[in-house]
Amino acid sequence: MIINSRFLNRSELVGFISLALLLIVILPLTLDIFRLNLVAKYLTYAFVAIGLVMCWGYGGILSLGQGVFFGLGGYCMAMFLKLEASSVANTKIQSTPGIPDFMDWNQITSLPFFWKPFHSLPFTLAAIVVVPGLLAYIIGAAMFKRRVGGVYFSIITQAIAAILTILIVGQQGYTGGINGMTDLRTLLGWDIRTDHAKFVLYFVEVALLFGCIVAAQFIRLTKLGRILVAMREQEDRVRFSGYSVANFKIFAFCAAAVFAAIGGALFTLEVGFMSPSFVGIVPSIEMVIYTAVGGRMSIFGAVYGSLLVNFAKTSLSETFPQLWLFGLGALFIAVVLAFPNGLSGIWADYVQPHIDRLLSSRKSSWGDNGSVADGAPAE
Amino acid sequence: MLIGHQPKEFLLAVSGLTVSFDGFKAVNDLSFYVEENEIRVIIGPNGAGKTTVLDLICGKTKATSGSIQFRGKELTRMKENEIVQTGVGRKFQTPSVFEDLTVLENLEISYPRGRSVFGSLTFDRDAKVKERIEEVAEIIFLKDRLDTYAALLSHGQKQWLEIGMLLIQDPDLLMLDEPVAGMSVSERAKTAELLNRIIRDRSVLVIEHDMKFVEDIAHKVTVLHQGQILSEGTMEKVKNDPKVIEVYLGH
Repeated sequence: MIINSRFLNRSELVGFISLALLLIVILPLTLDIFRLNLVAKYLTYAFVAIGLVMCWGYGGILSLGQGVFFGLGGYCMAMFLKLEASSVANTKIQSTPGIPDFMDWNQITSLPFFWKPFHSLPFTLAAIVVVPGLLAYIIGAAMFKRRVGGVYFSIITQAIAAILTILIVGQQGYTGGINGMTDLRTLLGWDIRTDHAKFVLYFVEVALLFGCIVAAQFIRLTKLGRILVAMREQEDRVRFSGYSVANFKIFAFCAAAVFAAIGGALFTLEVGFMSPSFVGIVPSIEMVIYTAVGGRMSIFGAVYGSLLVNFAKTSLSETFPQLWLFGLGALFIAVVLAFPNGLSGIWADYVQPHIDRLLSSRKSSWGDNGSVADGAPAE
Repeated sequence: MLIGHQPKEFLLAVSGLTVSFDGFKAVNDLSFYVEENEIRVIIGPNGAGKTTVLDLICGKTKATSGSIQFRGKELTRMKENEIVQTGVGRKFQTPSVFEDLTVLENLEISYPRGRSVFGSLTFDRDAKVKERIEEVAEIIFLKDRLDTYAALLSHGQKQWLEIGMLLIQDPDLLMLDEPVAGMSVSERAKTAELLNRIIRDRSVLVIEHDMKFVEDIAHKVTVLHQGQILSEGTMEKVKNDPKVIEVYLGH
């Protein structure tokens, strides 16, 4: 009677393979390097969206401040690249050679202590994951242990996004201010601005994206994944089943933060700069919209949502720059009102049944009787 | 009614328990004791503080003063999940099951293993767990519904599922808040049968209004009125207590 939950069921396997085909074969073959780099930029948001599927879709914790973690990951990467670009040889016209140019412009004469470890790539890679994870842990522990949840939590995360933006803009001697960190050139001597580098980085990113998808899918299928769903509905019942609800919420929030940070670090590499405009309230809310459009319960939906909304954003804002924000708002309202499960919900409700019917009618016309059990109800 | 020493055989010893909400004392200097394997029913008019007493024991509400000792451990200082892990289980008045999960998954979450974050990441649904889930599912009449989403169950089935979740949790003290409320006559009979089965080998604290049901199961009855004990003893004694008749049973 009890069926084993497999890692991927049939439709998830189809989803996995078609996404892999699209990202690894179709897009690189059909797009020029400029467009492929744009796709790479869009995909960095897919990391955030996958995190939001776990944290918001499954756990019911709506964070409106994922830009914070995206930004921290991105800034960690940018600090390493900036230091490499600011070698003494490159910066000899500055009054203090060897420090980033924006520090020199702000009359800072030596490298601040917290910048120094970012000379090391292993430290940077660890920091990309640890710094946002730790911040998420602190925020999560402070909020969830005190049972702050729902809208209040969302508002606080939004406030944190605003605070971090103000901090980055205000401390421009240490952070590059409103312009962000620009003019990033090489990664361990490898020029990241060439077409070839962009091509390679695209595939690195796709590999990491599938790593995150597998990790998220793994978490979803463990008992922890089911506890997240349980918690979203009946927090008290979970508590009175002997679980510390706060710890599970902290875990989901930290995992989402780490995913967002990986996306942010890749963003810096793909786009070649990082600025506070990817940290604040507006980008954070846009990230939630990508997730909502893709379907907040679907890991694959999150990837497609990020790609499609960003694609629409680029094409529409090129033609109608004024209208884009209205379009985005309308899209969000439409999704919430008409398609609460986003694209993946539309797929599951309208497209999947047709495919199933088509497949099963072909199967029966072939007289196939071996695979009936696969789609048959459990009873 | 404070008692200085507590004899060892009490599973649960509530003494001097008081909780006030903005000055209103919902439970006022309440003391009572539950023995091992005892079935205690709490009755009383609306607003007597019955549900509040259960909330206080399971940690949902924090006591203003007084003590709740369970097997010598002070529950008033513990968190809800710690209280559960000590062996106190609670069923709520309205069925609270996880509607987006299947019956099987509902029961699995209540299985007392892997309750930490990493424990639940590495939790394995092994043969022992499956066996126990099937066993409990059979007791709660849901054996052929294991893969049904809980949202699709009837009200009565949801109540049974929640009882099953408590059963698999295997608490030493089981607290039930109106377990047969809102059920059809046939569901009620089946539930009574079910409860009679699961209250074996453990202590039970039940809130119930159905007097027939109370008479059937209670070892001892506590009558609450305005946050205090009005009467306590066997059903026979309580039924004939003039004070009880006046405030509760009379109408």
